[in-house]
Amino acid sequence: MIEVTNLTKKFKDNDLLAVDGISFSVKAGEVFAFLGPNGAGKSTTIKMLTTLLEPTGGQMRIGGKDPVEEQDEVRKLFGIVFQDPSLDDELTAWENMEFHGVLYRVPKKLRRERIEELLKFVELWERKDDLVKNFSGGMKRRLEIARGLLHHPRVFFLDEPTLGLDPQTRNHIWSYIKELNKKEGITVFFSTHYMEEADRVADRLAVIDHGKIVAEGTPQELKDRAGVASLEDAFIALTGKEIREESAGSLDRLRNGAKMWRRR
Amino acid sequence: MVGSLGQPLLFLLALGYGFGPVFKKAGGGNYIEFLAPGIVAMAILFTSVFSGIEIIWDRQFGFLKETLVAPVSRLQIMIGRTLGGATVALLQGIIVLVLAIIAGFRPTHLGLAALSLVFMFCTALLFTALGTAIASVLEDMQGFQLIINFLVMPLFFLSGALFPLEGLPKAIGMVARANPLTYGVDGLRGTLAGFSHFSLGLDFIILLAVVSLFMIIGSYLFSKIQA
Repeated sequence: MIEVTNLTKKFKDNDLLAVDGISFSVKAGEVFAFLGPNGAGKSTTIKMLTTLLEPTGGQMRIGGKDPVEEQDEVRKLFGIVFQDPSLDDELTAWENMEFHGVLYRVPKKLRRERIEELLKFVELWERKDDLVKNFSGGMKRRLEIARGLLHHPRVFFLDEPTLGLDPQTRNHIWSYIKELNKKEGITVFFSTHYMEEADRVADRLAVIDHGKIVAEGTPQELKDRAGVASLEDAFIALTGKEIREESAGSLDRLRNGAKMWRRR
Repeated sequence: MVGSLGQPLLFLLALGYGFGPVFKKAGGGNYIEFLAPGIVAMAILFTSVFSGIEIIWDRQFGFLKETLVAPVSRLQIMIGRTLGGATVALLQGIIVLVLAIIAGFRPTHLGLAALSLVFMFCTALLFTALGTAIASVLEDMQGFQLIINFLVMPLFFLSGALFPLEGLPKAIGMVARANPLTYGVDGLRGTLAGFSHFSLGLDFIILLAVVSLFMIIGSYLFSKIQA
């Protein structure tokens, strides 16, 4: 379903090789986890796969389509939950869903049916007429998941979907995603910091560090290879103990600024 | 909303009543009559540049990202956003105009005053497109203060919003003529206060030309946005 060969991204402004010739593939119907320390290149890879960022080199295929050359075809194939929230806070949950449906040209009748079904699925149907700005972080995440599924994508990308959520909400979110994967056979590609999530949810995973893939396989294979009992230990064994000092990039500055400045 | 109305209102009242007597003494007539269209243009300028620049937040923390991965062309997104931003700016301009009328401004001719909406919308479109173009190339809000100080403020102060274009020092006159806001202000003054420096037709044609130019540049830069 996803084929990546030699994918490279070099940022012009700081000459940083964020992604350094990575290759991996994800089969249809698989739940694939993308692990790595901060600044390893996870988000950059997801952005390239989802047509938001142009790669410097290498090849990508999603469902046989090229995200660089066939943007619109690829965009129809995937759904995404971003690392930072991307809902319109001034609209209700239902309006956010409706807007997405219109944007993806889901016919009206079908759209209405699916919105109801999905909002019930993420247990937000009772709150459908509430403004999103009054939602908690977990509710927003659930709504984003429901929204990302509205156009029935074949691949679902989630960039650290459970960051900053409590264990209950995380558990909830993964059970939705698991159920979806089983029922509809959607390919799931997610990145996370939480090893136990990857261990529980993923069929296969890849560990990326300094822009390179350092290990790929089932969670059990990785544990066996490192000779340790938990995936967390395997992860440490693979990527080292050193704490990554990420310099505050423009994104972090923006994140701070957004908190202070944002009018809404 | 209230916050963004405060500034134009302050300008209108402080400058309008503050400079009114001097302006009258110099033979300029009623300063509020002269100033009000300029302040309407100012409100539009600020609102529309900001709504364009909001793209900087929006593409990282907002709804824009959702639209950027949707199977919709960037041109459509850009046009939709610009029209939306321009509509908000237009409404802002209308509210300021109403406030100016409460403060003592009287449009000379009702039919012409209706035509002022066209000039308001053109001005709003122009600067929303400009804001979009700028936001498309900026990484973060670091450059924001720079834009306010070196673009928005000069655009406003050197536009003839506050003073007549007649008899200006040559350099200032040239700058004012090169400033697209000048034609927006002039068009508004022509339609609202009944006197203008250029002809209304010229104002309109220049605005339209600059709107088209900025829309093209804005769409191009917007289509190159990478999140």
